[in-house]
Amino acid sequence: MPAQQSGALLSVEDLHVSFSTADGVVRAVRGVSFSVARGRTLGIVGESGSGKSVATQTIVGLTRGARVAGRATLDGEDLLGASPEALRRIRGAKIGMIFQDPLSSLHPYYKVGWQIVEMIREHERGTSKAAARLRAVELLDAVGIPSPRTRIDSYPHEFSGGMRQRVMIAMAMALRPAVLVADEPTTALDVTVQAQVLDVMRGVQQEFGTAIVLITHDLGVVADLADDVVVMYGGQVMERAPRRELFYRNHHPYTEGLLRSLPTTAPREKGRRSKLTPISGSPPSSITPPPGCPFEPRCAYAFDKCGQKPPFREIGTAGDHESACWLPADRAERQLGTSNGPRRAQAAP
Amino acid sequence: MTALLEVTDVRKYFPVGRRRLFGGPSPSLRAVDGVSLEVERGETLGLVGETGCGKSTLARCMTRLHDLTSGRVTFDGTDISTLSRGELRPLRREMQVMFQDPYGSLNPRRRVGSIIGDPFAIHGVAEGEERKRQVQALMELVGLNPEHFNRFPAEFSGGQRQRIGIARALALKPKLVVCDEPVSALDVSIQAQIINLLAELQEQLGLTYVFITHDLSVVRHVSDRIAVMYLGKIVEIADVDGLHEHTRHPYTRALLSAAPSADPDALTGRERVVLRGDLPSPAAPPSGCRFHPRCPKARDRCLTDDPELIPRLDDGPEHRAACHFPLADGELLTLSRPAIDDVAPDLSFDPAAAEEGTTA
Repeated sequence: MPAQQSGALLSVEDLHVSFSTADGVVRAVRGVSFSVARGRTLGIVGESGSGKSVATQTIVGLTRGARVAGRATLDGEDLLGASPEALRRIRGAKIGMIFQDPLSSLHPYYKVGWQIVEMIREHERGTSKAAARLRAVELLDAVGIPSPRTRIDSYPHEFSGGMRQRVMIAMAMALRPAVLVADEPTTALDVTVQAQVLDVMRGVQQEFGTAIVLITHDLGVVADLADDVVVMYGGQVMERAPRRELFYRNHHPYTEGLLRSLPTTAPREKGRRSKLTPISGSPPSSITPPPGCPFEPRCAYAFDKCGQKPPFREIGTAGDHESACWLPADRAERQLGTSNGPRRAQAAP
Repeated sequence: MTALLEVTDVRKYFPVGRRRLFGGPSPSLRAVDGVSLEVERGETLGLVGETGCGKSTLARCMTRLHDLTSGRVTFDGTDISTLSRGELRPLRREMQVMFQDPYGSLNPRRRVGSIIGDPFAIHGVAEGEERKRQVQALMELVGLNPEHFNRFPAEFSGGQRQRIGIARALALKPKLVVCDEPVSALDVSIQAQIINLLAELQEQLGLTYVFITHDLSVVRHVSDRIAVMYLGKIVEIADVDGLHEHTRHPYTRALLSAAPSADPDALTGRERVVLRGDLPSPAAPPSGCRFHPRCPKARDRCLTDDPELIPRLDDGPEHRAACHFPLADGELLTLSRPAIDDVAPDLSFDPAAAEEGTTA
């Protein structure tokens, strides 16, 4: 699938991001492409260190000191080459962002209403305080904060975790951005609160037609909210597919391994619990990544070709599913570790 | 044979805020408020609930890491609720606790071999070469390379660090291991390795686990029985399948229905209960049934009358729920509307602040 899809609102092509550290150059993102259309939700899943957060933070200019290459456009406007002033205008007005920990994104010293009003007036000069405040009340109401007229004068610490995340969504949506980037928005929340917050995001999307980029390690959240899914590993995209396709007809051994390592909800047979199927070994180093497929050292299907970087392979005929793997598109033709076989990074019992 | 661990009406209150002028009872946070349960030998009891429900405090009470406000804990036939620290010490060998954070619970300046050897040193069990041999055997047991004896914790990945924690917990061959969120900080592929390891060790060494987690799919996988906690009380306890297939308590249903599942088609088919409001503060829990301000089935009786944890409907003695109006099999919670006038107050509760209160 070409990243420059028709109707793509936000599109990222061949993005590379690296950081210089004392231990060497960390190559966090190595050639990532994705795109999202208006009103759609793109889920980006991956484990710690897969580069999923760095990729999205880079396109909004939040990775200072990084070496960046590639292209990223929002509605045709270049993001990577934009000046800091232009990016400031884009952030908030065109791209709203929410993060895992709302407490560190809200200023503890100011009332939440003040912070939303400030945000509106900073971007839309000439809006009166009263008008901005009215909008802030409406926004808090829209994300389900009870009695918004009084709660607008509360400080962040007076809200619970779920309510704070609602405040963050209200603030991110204040200027009706076309894209909402949500980086692990519910990871710090309990499941019942998570359900509430995901409902709010769904509601906001329906109301404003917002495109959502949802970054998470939680496959359950992706199954719930995303239309399309990108699976990242070792700084690269492993597989890209519509949601049902990804969960039921995935191709890449990493996607398969990820899904198989989840505890199943099937009732157990006569008290015997089944064994989980973990992926053996640990994720690759981002300083000295494997030369070919990053998953090769842990892959049960690896063969000699895997030492070279695999191209994207079309899966199925719909043109919306591709996998960065040398294995044949048809899963039936797949066999376990031919030739030199899997090189286990670490013996897992 | 009696249960390995018996917990009877255990309460743990933490003082919060200022003491009132002129005596008066000081306000307290009721982290655990009257919990009774048994843990059978060789079983895994899952303890689930959301932040601030008291599950970790209960675990610390079980192992007497906290002193109890009231109630009794019997471990292997001995009442441990009033033992002194010195009297507890020999029993400490038999019950171990494993924590969530594999980073925070290992001293970064000490070598792994000496960290795992600590329990031997503290209890004066093995010395010198013998200790080293035993530590290396433990490392092998949990899937670590025994040659890494002299490495520092920083040289290991998150999953390996959790293995170090497991090795340390198992060093003295305990009977009971309390696992407090042991896999929550790990990525799923690593999480599966640790869950399998814990299951293997249980089989091999005949361990009994109390497994605390907020992850409902993990708890379903590892547990034989599950206890669901809400605001310091157990609201439902049953074997795994009973809890999932014949859910009685509306809170359990809401919790289970909110659990994310990596199966999009299953999600579209199932009932999805989104609870109103936030968790009330455990410093001022609601009257009657503590769940009533958020419960879709609440009736007048729930405002005043705290339900007992007993078998409901046709359930056997093993399946107990604390609800006056339990859900029948197949009943949809989303069709219920509360029949009380009580307007759910906006009781914002900050778990972080409560956490601070408990450690103070």
